Amino acid sequence: MNVTTPVSTFELTGRGVQVLPTSSSKATKVLGWLSLLGFAVLVVLAFAWVPQDTRITDQGDVVGQFDAVRLMFVHVPAAILAYSGFGITFLASLGYLRWRTVWWDIMAVSAAEIGVMFGVLTLVTGSIWGRPTWQTWWEWGDVRLVTTLVMVLVFIGYLAVRRIPVQAQVQARRCALIALVGVVNIIIVNRSVDWWENRTLHQQSTLLARKIRDETLFTLTFSLLVGAALFAWLLLHRFRMAYLQSQLEQLEVEQALVERRAESQLHDCQAASALPTQTHLSDAPQEGEDQR
Amino acid sequence: MLRDVWLVVGKDLLIEMRARVGINQIVPFAVIVLLLFAFALDTDQAALRTYAPGLFWVTVLLASLLAIGRSFAVDLADGTSDRLLLSGIEPVAAFLGKVIAIAVQLVVLELLLSLGVLLLFDVSVQRFGLLVSAGLVGALGLAVAGTLYGALVAGLGMRESLLPVLLLPVVAPVMLGATRAFQDAFGVAGAQGWAWLGLLVGFAAIYGLFGALSYGTLLEEA
Amino acid sequence: MTHLGYLVAGWSVTVVGVVSYAVWVIVRARSLAQRVPENRRRWMMPDV
Repeated sequence: MNVTTPVSTFELTGRGVQVLPTSSSKATKVLGWLSLLGFAVLVVLAFAWVPQDTRITDQGDVVGQFDAVRLMFVHVPAAILAYSGFGITFLASLGYLRWRTVWWDIMAVSAAEIGVMFGVLTLVTGSIWGRPTWQTWWEWGDVRLVTTLVMVLVFIGYLAVRRIPVQAQVQARRCALIALVGVVNIIIVNRSVDWWENRTLHQQSTLLARKIRDETLFTLTFSLLVGAALFAWLLLHRFRMAYLQSQLEQLEVEQALVERRAESQLHDCQAASALPTQTHLSDAPQEGEDQR
Repeated sequence: MLRDVWLVVGKDLLIEMRARVGINQIVPFAVIVLLLFAFALDTDQAALRTYAPGLFWVTVLLASLLAIGRSFAVDLADGTSDRLLLSGIEPVAAFLGKVIAIAVQLVVLELLLSLGVLLLFDVSVQRFGLLVSAGLVGALGLAVAGTLYGALVAGLGMRESLLPVLLLPVVAPVMLGATRAFQDAFGVAGAQGWAWLGLLVGFAAIYGLFGALSYGTLLEEA
Repeated sequence: MTHLGYLVAGWSVTVVGVVSYAVWVIVRARSLAQRVPENRRRWMMPDV
């Protein structure tokens, strides 16, 4: 087949000094280094600067989370990023249903995947924090815990649907609806679990009920900023990965179309004359286009 | 519009009555699950009585997966969804019809199951009105969410395993609310049954609205 | 330092999780980028 495709053009006209193409840009480089540097600073702040969480009660007992409080600086950002990811998926799904472009679809799936990753990290780190603080790995009475678990499960289902091979628009539309239902569901689950829990008069949030130290608050804010940079960096790369994938699929479709046209042209030529020439073949796509 | 709804309901229920899959397979399945619960919890009659509401709703939930999956599999095999739309039936009517048909099947299942629970798990009904309303509204909530998700996964590969993964987290509030309401109705725990019934009504209403709005989008296949 | 085991577990789970996800994304994006011509790679750095 004498048809040149965009892919082979690229390979043939490769430049002299070839740097392997990546999904990075100036923005992602800056964000990447910022998050790396920020994380290093965060480790120092969290372990060297923030004091132990202790409090002396009226009876003179020393209580508090002690050093377990240092887990907050990974747990809280992870939770907020997970919810942000699902929030972006929700908005992008609405955007997809309104505008029906691949951009929104890709944004939705990228944010959902990052959201699930941070959601799982939230549950794991929360569980690790809960063991020394609440004396249990899992507390059914905590609304946010149960809500987060259900939310992560809903979006794991969402990603499972994403992996099923089906026509792109059908998948995008269905997944957009699943994301919308999923977020509506979060609100219902949150309300109902809250109600369920209040029957047992569970303790109030241990984090907010207590006065928080300035150093801890600063480091927490800092960890959120680092998390935001990391999230943006991950989202950009993940988005570009999905974008490249969609471009590749489109290229394959285009190539198949060109081949099919050349083939039908070949059949036409054979019908007209028994000897199709090479020139006929290479002109095939353009002629085929004119005829249609 | 209303006529179309009943048309769809009649079609689905007629198929069910003729095929008897519900009676011949889904109901026996539910009874087997009850039996397994009894095995799992040992011969402790008190434990069975305490957990009867939860066991009842877990069984309904599992059986509803089968009913929903089957309802959409039948439609898909015959291309019924496409033909319904081609015949000019509104998507909302198709949605409501499907919901009612599935809800009716679930209510029949619940009737038989509650007999089983009463006899096998030795519970007694304290509040009959609450029991009936929670059963009805719970079935409606399951049918609404189930129809939405059944249509979402219809035609996708591996939908047998996909439907539970997607649907079960979503119907978790139904499980929670209906179980609390039944606990109150059976008098096994001091739950505010009527308040939980409110949650079930809210669930069915929200998902009903969502399904009615989005069913058209869902069915517009290429 | 109290709860050292929990701290190490929590922080390392986070680091390992995020880093392995990031590596997966970047490696996959790189292999895809090599198969897509430059004019169709929007937002990304041009080849030098």
